[in-house]
Amino acid sequence: MNIHIKNGRLIDPHNKIDAKQDVFIVDKRIAAIGTAPQGFVAEQVIDASGMIVMPGLVDVAARLREPGYEYRATLESEMEAAMAGGVTSLSCPPDTDPPLDEPGLVEMLKHRARSLNRARVFPVGALTYGLKGAELTEMIELTEAGCKAFGQADAPLTDTRVLLRAMQYAATFGYRVWLRPQDSFLAKNGVAHDGEVATRLGLPPIPVVAETTALATILQLAQETGVKLHICRISSAAGVELIRTAKRQGLAVTCDVSMNHVHLTEMDIGFFDANCHLAPPLRSQRDKAALRAGLLDGTIDAICSDHSPVDEDAKQMPFAEAEAGATGMELLLPLVLKWAEEDKVSLPDALMRVTINPAQLLGVKTGHLSVGAHADVCVFDPNATWKVAPTALKSQGKNTPFNGYTVQGRVRHTIVEGHVAYSI
Amino acid sequence: MNNPQLNKHGELQHLLSTEGLPARILRDILDKAGEFVNVAEGREIRKVPLLHGKSVFNIFFENSTRTRTTFEIAAKKLSADVVNLNIGSSSTSKGETLLDTVDNLCAMHADMFVVRHSTSGAAHLIAAHVAPDIHVINAGDGRHAHPTQALLDMFTIRHYKKEFHNLRVAIVGDVLHSRVARSQIHALTTLGVPEVRVVAPKTLLPTHVEKLGVRVYHDMEQGLKDVDVVMMLRLQNERMQGALLPSAQEYFKYYGLTQERLAQARSDAIVMHPGPMNRGVEIDSSVADGAQSVILPQVTFGIAVRMAVMSTLAGGKQ
Repeated sequence: MNIHIKNGRLIDPHNKIDAKQDVFIVDKRIAAIGTAPQGFVAEQVIDASGMIVMPGLVDVAARLREPGYEYRATLESEMEAAMAGGVTSLSCPPDTDPPLDEPGLVEMLKHRARSLNRARVFPVGALTYGLKGAELTEMIELTEAGCKAFGQADAPLTDTRVLLRAMQYAATFGYRVWLRPQDSFLAKNGVAHDGEVATRLGLPPIPVVAETTALATILQLAQETGVKLHICRISSAAGVELIRTAKRQGLAVTCDVSMNHVHLTEMDIGFFDANCHLAPPLRSQRDKAALRAGLLDGTIDAICSDHSPVDEDAKQMPFAEAEAGATGMELLLPLVLKWAEEDKVSLPDALMRVTINPAQLLGVKTGHLSVGAHADVCVFDPNATWKVAPTALKSQGKNTPFNGYTVQGRVRHTIVEGHVAYSI
Repeated sequence: MNNPQLNKHGELQHLLSTEGLPARILRDILDKAGEFVNVAEGREIRKVPLLHGKSVFNIFFENSTRTRTTFEIAAKKLSADVVNLNIGSSSTSKGETLLDTVDNLCAMHADMFVVRHSTSGAAHLIAAHVAPDIHVINAGDGRHAHPTQALLDMFTIRHYKKEFHNLRVAIVGDVLHSRVARSQIHALTTLGVPEVRVVAPKTLLPTHVEKLGVRVYHDMEQGLKDVDVVMMLRLQNERMQGALLPSAQEYFKYYGLTQERLAQARSDAIVMHPGPMNRGVEIDSSVADGAQSVILPQVTFGIAVRMAVMSTLAGGKQ
């Protein structure tokens, strides 16, 4: 379809554009920026006056819960959530049931996602069969089926020799390995940061060393194998420092943080608020400040939603028994804007963390609006405020620590591959 | 953040923790318990009609004989109707959630729940869920809190020491896993005890225990030096060996309360224990049965304190 997005403020961090520019879409691609291409006839005109036009968001961690956990969420519900959040590309972790360890499962997921014609789905394949940490998956087959990286989601990989072999094998073919660093012994039974709040509330703790000992091991093995490494959901000041040092030493490593950890700390648990039961756990004020500093200096490349819809029954439990995770795709943009405002980050710099940076570390061609690129566009009203509430969310998961917050920034139009998939 | 234990008039609605309660409320409970004990010291605890017509449900998701029994006696002395439910941890695996269980009991017109659960925060969850005219008493949740135990300990201390503001108190043992210790620490600091110590090896202390306002000792003799009150904690059987401690024998050798070690404390120091005791593990029999032990009076006071808590919540005026 030929679409003319006019009068908006275009922000495209990759192309260093922040200016009032019109966007012209022909068929599935960006045809021109600024002036219409010759002979262009708009079939649809979007008036973006007062709005910001940006590449569709790229979210590197969104659980869609299919296959296996359809009672928590379905592809249909979560794709609607993605559209409402302006997310046009996402990668989903392999911790489905069964896990994404067979090419057939990945093909099915990709096919189902494509047929819905919403966000592009880039699965992270299981690094080991059944995420059991023992046998390598068929990474070549899985890549051909559509996997963009390989990881363990939150499942432990305690056998360091298997981890070394997995990295060596992935490095052979240039595949990406994505890991969330957590030592499963140190984190055993833990549900909250080993800090003041866990001490007070008597919650089984997860110490920072659970992250840093695992991270140090992973970084050393990556150095040894030369694998393309991505660290998922860094949560601690000490963890950020390890990555900063590794990057300074020239290691090919990227890193993301969840928006929850950019905004919340252990104090938000209050009196056992199970919505704040997250993995990794919310840490101290000092850790939060270090994560923000890591974002500013580029140690942390991307912000993700860590979207993990949980059904209501699984949250209506005592804190430790409640399932970890929070819904988030619809909050990613407003919470990135909130961070930008609080830390005085320019909009292009902030939006880079949810567009081109995650696209590049994922190895996909989206996340920018260059001429000829996929026409994946998000148009949002930066001044619109809305209140986060279960009824305001499209996701089947209504659990979020931000319930009741008033946030700023509302997606008005989401365009995927040249068709308007969402408009309000 | 609203304190979930208080209603909008600042009165006690639920007793979930000793943390965050004003000293006034704690003192009122101790005073009220004192009136019941005076009755008790006439060798006969008079039955009073303060909770007449009310239904108290003791729901214990974790086994307990002593605590449940003292709650039951306390409720009956207040003329309440008492229902005991030992639900055990298996009921959730049968498919019924904690809140389903609570909803069912609410439908049976419960006025008050006394809840014990193995997971921290269970009582808070129930309190947040029930109708505003229902009261919840936390009888122990995970490692978090056991407020009535702490209050009866405070009552015992006040009974023997009269004041709080001039005391040194040592809490000895497995603070890490102890809901009793957490509740004791909050109650002691709220009531104005200037020096609260914890004494244990590092493996039995929470990482940030000093943030609770206590002084940390790893040496038993130093920790007991010149204290007025020694509060022992129970060491669970399953923690006596493994990665926390090498053996019960070695624990007793360095942290067991013997007469010799007790001599470090003030000569009029009292020795307390929430029970059940492991003789020869955390405490020597000669101390447990000795002149400074107030362990059995603690149990007796426990009934009066629980009567005071229940009548404060639901009893109106005496």
